[in-house]
Amino acid sequence: MSGTITGIAGPTVTVDLKGLRMYEIVLVGKAGLTGEVVRLERERAVLQVYEDTRGLAVGEPVRGTARPLTAQLGPGLLGGMFDGLQRPLEKLLERDGPFISGGSSASVLDSPRQWHFIPVKGPGDRVTAGETIGQAEEGAFRHLVSAPRDGVLASLAAGSYSVCQAVGSYDDGSPISVCQEWPVRSPRPCRRRLPPTEPLVTGQRVVDFLYPLARGGTAIIPGGFGTGKTILEQSVAKFSDVDLVVYVGCGERGNEMAELLEEFAGLNDPWTSRRLMERTIVVANTSNMPVAAREASIYTAVTMAEYFRDMGYHVLLLADSISRWAEALREISSSLEEMPGEEGYPTYLASRMAGFMERAGVVETMNGTVGSLSMILSVSPPGGDFTEPVTQACLRTAGAFLMLDASLAHRRHFPAVNWFQSFSLYEQTMVQHFSRIVDAGWTEARRRCRTLLQREEALREVAEIVGLEGMQEQDHLILHSAERIRLEFLCQNAYSEDAFSSPEQIMAMMNRILADHERLEGRLAAGDTLEAALGKGGDEHASQ
Amino acid sequence: MRLSEHTYRTVSSIRGPLIFLNRVREVRFGEVVRIIHPEGGSLEGEVIKIDGDTVLVQVMGETRGLDTGSAVIFSDAVKRAPLSVEVIGRIFSGSFAPLDNEPPYIPERWGAISGAPINPVARARPQDFIETGFSTIDALNTLVRGQKLPIFSCAGLPAKEMAAGILRNARLAGGGQFVVVFVALGLTHHEYSYYMDVLAGMQGGFAAFINRAGEPVIERLLAPRFGLAVAEYLAFCHAMDVLVLITDMTNYCDALREVSTAREELPGRRGYPGYLYSDLSSLYERAGRIRGLAGSVTMLPVVTMPEDDITHPIPDLTGYITEGQIVLSRELHQQGIFPPVDVLPSLSRLMQQGIGEGQTRSDHRQLANRLYRHYSRGRDLRRLEAIVGRDGLSGKDRQMLDFADVFERELVHQGNVRRTVAESLDTGLALMQRFALEG
Ligand SMILES: Nc1ncnc2c1ncn2[C@@H]1O[C@H](COP(=O)(O)OP(=O)(O)O)[C@@H](O)[C@H]1O
Ligand SMILES: [Mg+2]
Repeated sequence: MSGTITGIAGPTVTVDLKGLRMYEIVLVGKAGLTGEVVRLERERAVLQVYEDTRGLAVGEPVRGTARPLTAQLGPGLLGGMFDGLQRPLEKLLERDGPFISGGSSASVLDSPRQWHFIPVKGPGDRVTAGETIGQAEEGAFRHLVSAPRDGVLASLAAGSYSVCQAVGSYDDGSPISVCQEWPVRSPRPCRRRLPPTEPLVTGQRVVDFLYPLARGGTAIIPGGFGTGKTILEQSVAKFSDVDLVVYVGCGERGNEMAELLEEFAGLNDPWTSRRLMERTIVVANTSNMPVAAREASIYTAVTMAEYFRDMGYHVLLLADSISRWAEALREISSSLEEMPGEEGYPTYLASRMAGFMERAGVVETMNGTVGSLSMILSVSPPGGDFTEPVTQACLRTAGAFLMLDASLAHRRHFPAVNWFQSFSLYEQTMVQHFSRIVDAGWTEARRRCRTLLQREEALREVAEIVGLEGMQEQDHLILHSAERIRLEFLCQNAYSEDAFSSPEQIMAMMNRILADHERLEGRLAAGDTLEAALGKGGDEHASQ
Repeated sequence: MRLSEHTYRTVSSIRGPLIFLNRVREVRFGEVVRIIHPEGGSLEGEVIKIDGDTVLVQVMGETRGLDTGSAVIFSDAVKRAPLSVEVIGRIFSGSFAPLDNEPPYIPERWGAISGAPINPVARARPQDFIETGFSTIDALNTLVRGQKLPIFSCAGLPAKEMAAGILRNARLAGGGQFVVVFVALGLTHHEYSYYMDVLAGMQGGFAAFINRAGEPVIERLLAPRFGLAVAEYLAFCHAMDVLVLITDMTNYCDALREVSTAREELPGRRGYPGYLYSDLSSLYERAGRIRGLAGSVTMLPVVTMPEDDITHPIPDLTGYITEGQIVLSRELHQQGIFPPVDVLPSLSRLMQQGIGEGQTRSDHRQLANRLYRHYSRGRDLRRLEAIVGRDGLSGKDRQMLDFADVFERELVHQGNVRRTVAESLDTGLALMQRFALEG
């Protein structure tokens, strides 16, 4: 089927091609730019084109592909870096040079690389869709290969295969390979959903101790520019206790992507000591890359994440920033001349967002194992104002809210997570878990830490009236210990050795501060002044 | 592909800067057109929408005097810039017309002015220290080669003196010189002559794109793109280190708003179009370095914050894209401090790469962190002091208050004296010692 371009307005292209379906991928113009059908009318179809349309002419040919936007899934994704349409950026670089030109299609897994396949099923076996039929060796990673659909196997043989070759077939003759495709806008199926019960350990003290996250849960990190969203996302990507990380640079800086690649290349996963990049997939659609591909990027990423979840892994998807995705949605909606909602965002913003975040969760997979997909999304509210539509839409679905505070960031208190206004709905379950696994004193230490921080806040208000001089020695001690909690415990410099703390280290550190506090309380009760008590070496860690 | 230019006389309507034409065939999106003025001369325009054979053209300039009989010539090409090293030493208008009475040069090549995004994996991380001569930047918010670092100013603050200081004094670690690309958007005559004096003194050479306050608004959208096309070309085809100074981005954004309103697009916050972030990114993200290539594009945009408000969409979106910001403060300026940089909201995101052993000095990181810590403590206490009075504070707190004052008077303030980074760090170190401060 072919037709021609009849109209162009930015990323929106109108064509006279008939017989298209909604969300079908169409190749546009002589350059073969990728477009997606977003509106169908009797005589024409409206496409959203994923690449720069400048230079495209009316009358140029268009061609339907009869398939929606899909991701290719198989061995070879790990360690890779893709754009929002899952084009491998390294390959584009080799072929086209340092600048990205339109119409470059390089397929994801087409490399001649051979994968060693070991079957666990054999000819004659009846398999169901999603059931594991074998395993491909991808470095140290166990890459499970699953049956694409129900049926009876006619053949399945061990050996080395490229992603295009058949490793076996069904009894009706249809081939099976180590790789498959999946439409990115449809969630991959699971047997059932389970409640999150295990913590997602991030290595960040303020998060793991005060606002613990859950495997299979969702969290948002809203904050104005410079408050530390990206550094926090990247720290979590480096240190969190998961099997696999999918990092989406969604409409943000190109240099941050270069930085991430360079840094990750030299680091190891703290939990397994394997190369960090071996557990990482990067999707990079930076702010100056086409907006429509930015909109698609989070779906491409979540589909890859679900694919690994389905093998029974714990996968973490980090997106920086979901606001840029929402803005892409707004730009597309406005070029389609849809009726705008709040702040110009389309009225379906909240439902789309919820639909995306619903793809997180703990599941019993189609092969009967348990896997999880967690999401941590940064939010970039205009002017740092959290009442705006994107933050609010996220808040309705997110399980945790790590609010970044500009005043903390200006004081170089990082991570600038506000310790009064943030929350985690997983708190109770996870605290119980830590108390059981790490230290029975975890719950009590948290309570005391919180109390100190709250009393400090109250005392500050008092100090604004009576002055610091007018306060009791006990009050000075609280200010002293709370300051230590802030500077030594809550602050965590991402550029130092301190960038990662295990739960055991977190507990030890908090216990030290609390023990010092207790000792000093004793001294004051015995009549010492705080200054004298500190001078007597009651506080050996204070100057660290 | 059409083989030649096409001329149409099918203008159906003219509305503000927009022209509608009928019965146009095979036109390209973004195509450059030439509109023949009935009274002689011509105007340039760009195709911004095509619907069947109806074409919408944005005119670059005043439509006054045009009529529906005007001829429109379609060029079959998108807007391109003539690229050559010959641009160095030249002064152009916002639409790349020579302003210096020098003869035109023969371009080595033509490049699309909107450029193409740098493949993120092709980028090399910006990391080489640039000495600007200002302590607040070099010691506390270090600039590196390939970074984009805007100056956030307020009306009436000496942003141009600061920008000029950086132009004059910026040195690469290896001692290399910058080639400056200067893009002036909506400059007053006074500012224009000030900057031209500064540029004349640049040893590494410069190319200037000047749009003055009275000149066409639309050129403010073109000039930065011409400037950046030239900068990319010099950096990545001729291995030069290019410093791009764009002033004032607020005029750019206002021009964008004006054009967007004329196109009857849906206005976003404060009337700016919803795509302002993506549009600004298409400029700012052109700064950088590329793996395997020697040159670099470093960008210093000047942003005047309307109503001194850092949450206004222009500084806000800029800050979301650039790698930090240098924020000027009216309060410091009123105290006679130059440069009046408020270091607390200022930030250089790429600082970590550019400092320490081998770049500046091994004690740099720790010293900067400590200076920040003490100064921000002193600043917090000023608020408390205003309420409870100096006597209500402890001795230690009074000392922190004094530290903040001296920090502003001696480290931030330096007048027109250029400091090496070693001098800047020593100034900081001396402050710490004077107050007997450690971590
Ligand atoms: N954990 C941290 N440790 C040290 N510095 C940090 C930390 N988090 C943020 N920063 C500082 O703050 C700057 C801005 O952080 P970034 O994550 O880029 O902010 P955002 O993405 O919110 O704009 C960084 O360049 C760094 O200087
Ligand atoms: Mg960021």
